[in-house]
Amino acid sequence: MLVKMRNPTREVEMSGGRSVNRLLDDLDLVRESHLVIRNGTLVPGDARLDHDDVIEIRPVISGGA
Amino acid sequence: MVASGSKCKSCKEPAVIDLARHNANFCAEHLLQLCRRQMEKAIDDYSMFGKDDRLLVAVSGGKDSLALWDMLLEAGYQADGLYIGLGIGDYSEASGAHVRNFAQERGLTLLTVDLRDEYGYDIPTASRATKRVPCSSCGMSKRHLFDKAALDGGYDALVTGHNLDDEAAVLLGNVLQWDVGYLARQFPVLEARNGFPRKAKPLVRLTERETAAWCVIRDIDYLVEECPIAAGNRHLHHKDVLNRIEKESPSTKSAFYLNFIENMAPLLAGQTAAATGDLNDCAQCGAPTTNEVCAFCRLVETASAHEPVPVELVLGKRGRR
Repeated sequence: MLVKMRNPTREVEMSGGRSVNRLLDDLDLVRESHLVIRNGTLVPGDARLDHDDVIEIRPVISGGA
Repeated sequence: MVASGSKCKSCKEPAVIDLARHNANFCAEHLLQLCRRQMEKAIDDYSMFGKDDRLLVAVSGGKDSLALWDMLLEAGYQADGLYIGLGIGDYSEASGAHVRNFAQERGLTLLTVDLRDEYGYDIPTASRATKRVPCSSCGMSKRHLFDKAALDGGYDALVTGHNLDDEAAVLLGNVLQWDVGYLARQFPVLEARNGFPRKAKPLVRLTERETAAWCVIRDIDYLVEECPIAAGNRHLHHKDVLNRIEKESPSTKSAFYLNFIENMAPLLAGQTAAATGDLNDCAQCGAPTTNEVCAFCRLVETASAHEPVPVELVLGKRGRR
């Protein structure tokens, strides 16, 4: 699957299907700090991602206050 | 594509988001409903403002401020926008474009202030001229100009998109320093006083994951990229710490902040006046200050006299990648 990430913007090709939670764990990303969008639609942590999906992992943490 | 197994807590349709702090999953419509209810609860619980009040929303082009503007308008509040051009290179160009597009597409009133055009400096230059971290002059400039615009425009309240994560991170920072003055002022609404407008933070009951989800579902085109100067700052570190605790112990973050407001803020209320001291009018701009000339006017004088500094020269280690 193609995984698009931000800050910095980059793309990673990952083999094999897995759940959203597993994908975030594999990338050492904290669930509370990200949204996961599969083929343009938000998906929850237990959603199963397939090898032909396009995934965006969008960080939600901003630094101003 | 395989559908997710989890169902919405409210309607049992397929969920789009899992919210561990609510121990529940939600579909798109019920996530929006949750956001609306949490914002309204904050507005009601803290008596922030009413439907007859004119609100000025400070907008940055990021998810929180655009979600707030959208939620307020959808709920029937009167809200204009205020954007400050900070001069942080491409980042500011992009953030301004997101704000202008949002306003134009919806026919909204947007006030703009450009630091370089109107005050002769930008944030990178201010940082170099004052020899302080950029977030310091950025925060001070925004606070002064937000207050000024709200007062000049006769608005009933200035509202900002600070969310639960922002407030919990600031609270953690203030607790780690036991800064009583700042703790006493960390309330979701501050009354107008001594030349300051009324200020309110209607999103304090929503996490930034929830405000981001609002934007995705409502198809709001916000700036996802982080401020290159803020990358790696202490505020982000505090958020990261809290989210790692939250992962192991969901709802700790909301308990930390909301129980502070419920239990501790009333005990600190009397500290606010002592923390701000006696205020008089700035000799140059008339804003409230404890000095003869306010910090903003002193910043303008110092920064506008300095040769312009490109943003690349003030980026932190993480911001340079």
